[in-house]
Amino acid sequence: MAERVAVVGVGQTKHDACRADVSIAGLVREATDRALEQAGLELGDVDAIVIGKAPDTLEGVVMPELWLADALAASGKPVFRVHTAGSVGGSTAIVAAQHVMAGLHDVVLAIGFEKQSDGNAMWALSVPTPFGMPVHAGAGGYFAPHVRSYIARSGAPGHIGAMVAVKDRANALRNPLAHIHEHGLTLETALESPMLWDPIRLVETCPSSDGACAVVLASESVADRMNGPTAWVHATAMRSEPTMFAGRDQVSPRAGELCAEDLYRKAGITDPFAQIDVAEIYVPFSWFEPMWLENLGLVPRDEGWRYVEDGRTLFDGELPVNPSGGVLSSNPIGASGMIRFGEAALQVMGCAGNHQVDGARRAMGHAYGGGSQFFAMWIVASHKP
Amino acid sequence: MRDVAIVATAQAPSSAATTLTIPELLIPVLADLFARVEDRGVERADIDFWCHGSCDYLSGQSFSFVNAVDAIGAWPPIVESHVEADGAFALHEAWVKIQTGEADTAVVFSNGKNSTSPIEQIMALQMDPYSEAPLFPGLTAVAALQARSCLDAGVFTERDMAEVAVRSRRDALNNPFAVVRGEHDVDGLLAAPMSADPLRPHDCPPLTDGANAVMLAAGDIARRWSDRPAWIRGIDHRIDTQRLGARSLSESASAAMAAAKAGLGSIGRLDVAELHAPFTHQELILRRSMGLSGDVVINPSGGALCANPWMAAGLARIIEVADRIHSGAADRGLAHCTSGPALQQNLVAILEGE
Repeated sequence: MAERVAVVGVGQTKHDACRADVSIAGLVREATDRALEQAGLELGDVDAIVIGKAPDTLEGVVMPELWLADALAASGKPVFRVHTAGSVGGSTAIVAAQHVMAGLHDVVLAIGFEKQSDGNAMWALSVPTPFGMPVHAGAGGYFAPHVRSYIARSGAPGHIGAMVAVKDRANALRNPLAHIHEHGLTLETALESPMLWDPIRLVETCPSSDGACAVVLASESVADRMNGPTAWVHATAMRSEPTMFAGRDQVSPRAGELCAEDLYRKAGITDPFAQIDVAEIYVPFSWFEPMWLENLGLVPRDEGWRYVEDGRTLFDGELPVNPSGGVLSSNPIGASGMIRFGEAALQVMGCAGNHQVDGARRAMGHAYGGGSQFFAMWIVASHKP
Repeated sequence: MRDVAIVATAQAPSSAATTLTIPELLIPVLADLFARVEDRGVERADIDFWCHGSCDYLSGQSFSFVNAVDAIGAWPPIVESHVEADGAFALHEAWVKIQTGEADTAVVFSNGKNSTSPIEQIMALQMDPYSEAPLFPGLTAVAALQARSCLDAGVFTERDMAEVAVRSRRDALNNPFAVVRGEHDVDGLLAAPMSADPLRPHDCPPLTDGANAVMLAAGDIARRWSDRPAWIRGIDHRIDTQRLGARSLSESASAAMAAAKAGLGSIGRLDVAELHAPFTHQELILRRSMGLSGDVVINPSGGALCANPWMAAGLARIIEVADRIHSGAADRGLAHCTSGPALQQNLVAILEGE
């Protein structure tokens, strides 16, 4: 019943700790203009805009899509705002795609952004609450026990997190837009990196970035007419579960497993490790690479770390994971999920530049948020579904 | 387009300030919603998609919507999304989701716990963060600028505005969810001093905490789950520039466009319209911009002037129309939600009974 939908343009900013040269609107336009340029379209061709970002407290602008309407020439158009915590970039791309799948619009612009330097993330994420229980931990403190639990149950050796960091930071050197370009990082120097939240080291941690990503989604008729690089959306899926309850598996949340199963079923994938050519997975702390490989059913349980250790997720490995450098190298929170989705699309479009994986035909984009409880994923491919 | 209908609704008792947490506010609302379809055998597992509308700043906490997942019983895991907007926009997302064919049913819910935050300052943060927000143009001050521009242009008078308040508060006598209600006369209201020239207290919405929910279903499922589903004949939303100096404040181009795109021009006679007009003059602007004729009953609930939990008040308008269709009191109605300063963004849904 659903109409086919394709990615015809992906644009990103240069991600950095502080993009003092642009306003929030300027940041958003930088990504938007690049996406439209790749698509061969203009703002006037856009039927509707879907904007996602993480909490408004990060910049101190309430529902900024309202103010951004001018910068996006959106007067007279639908502008829609999504917020699903860290998974928001992925959810936003999915909601935008659904507008095309539903047959409502032909060209929908999805935008994710965060300008973390405009605010103070640690304050924003730890606002003293007038009700409810505060966490007051920040993301690293929150997720470190999950990592510790993964190590205990899988028997992973302590250097796996550092190996992922070395890989992602090396991949980021191929990506001129990545925030962190760290030359000469080795396993030895990575292991000497200061411990921030035991067992998570500084080098195993994502940065705090300014950045934006935009994805142009088009109907089949528009994509065929434009005849440019195209990534066809084969499946999308979202799942949510509560933050905490007794017996919840926080290392491999059920919502993530179900989301991946649903995604593969819709995309006709029966052996994901073999059938997916490249994956952009949301890994804000390096240990989450083996954890998500297992959660996504890409590798057997408790064996994710072996795949890392054996180099099977390296840039030239069997399943390259995060060839862009991943969240570990650029983390504008509200955009991070969309960057995963957009990078997956760029790979199958053959437009990933120096981090292009040879022969990438089918790719996965993944995002998660909250206390590992909100999941958004898509499969894109170079051929029509 | 698939035929999609509202089959059940539920609202929390509105109050000026509740001590309940957001999950505590939502749990009884969702229980009420499912109680309404209990005799049809509908259970949570029958719901394909869930969508929530709320605003972190109004709730006083980043990621405030995360706790709401606890309230809806998201185990086993569910397909769920959240909009940082009024629940009316969450309803739009659910409607789109059903149109894709990936869902046949949905529950949409929203909460506006406005008492948690200083709302005048919070709403000022919606404006340009570099040039306007630092001046903290408060919610009421911006609305007052809009009212003043209308009065100066002779579009309507302060008496016209007071008449909206009199009618709304009288109608609210029959609405258990209203927080302001009563019999007043125009002269009595106009005798009160202005609170933000040219607005008087009766022109402004009360501080309200509220929550609500609706259940959507497609085609034959809707007919099984409701004796008289409120079919969504059209739904659309549009935005205007935010700049107050770059648009005519005495009309709402985006509301007119959303109404037209939702099919207002081709739907035939409306029985009722619930307009999300938190200020008296905004009802007058919306009626004019949409071209609603004089025989349409406007805001029989008392409208946002009598209960305005921001982020839930737009979905409440949709509920008020759906309830009248469910009961047979109306056959066809228009529901509206606004967002942003001075009616910047507007959503219109047209509902009809069979």
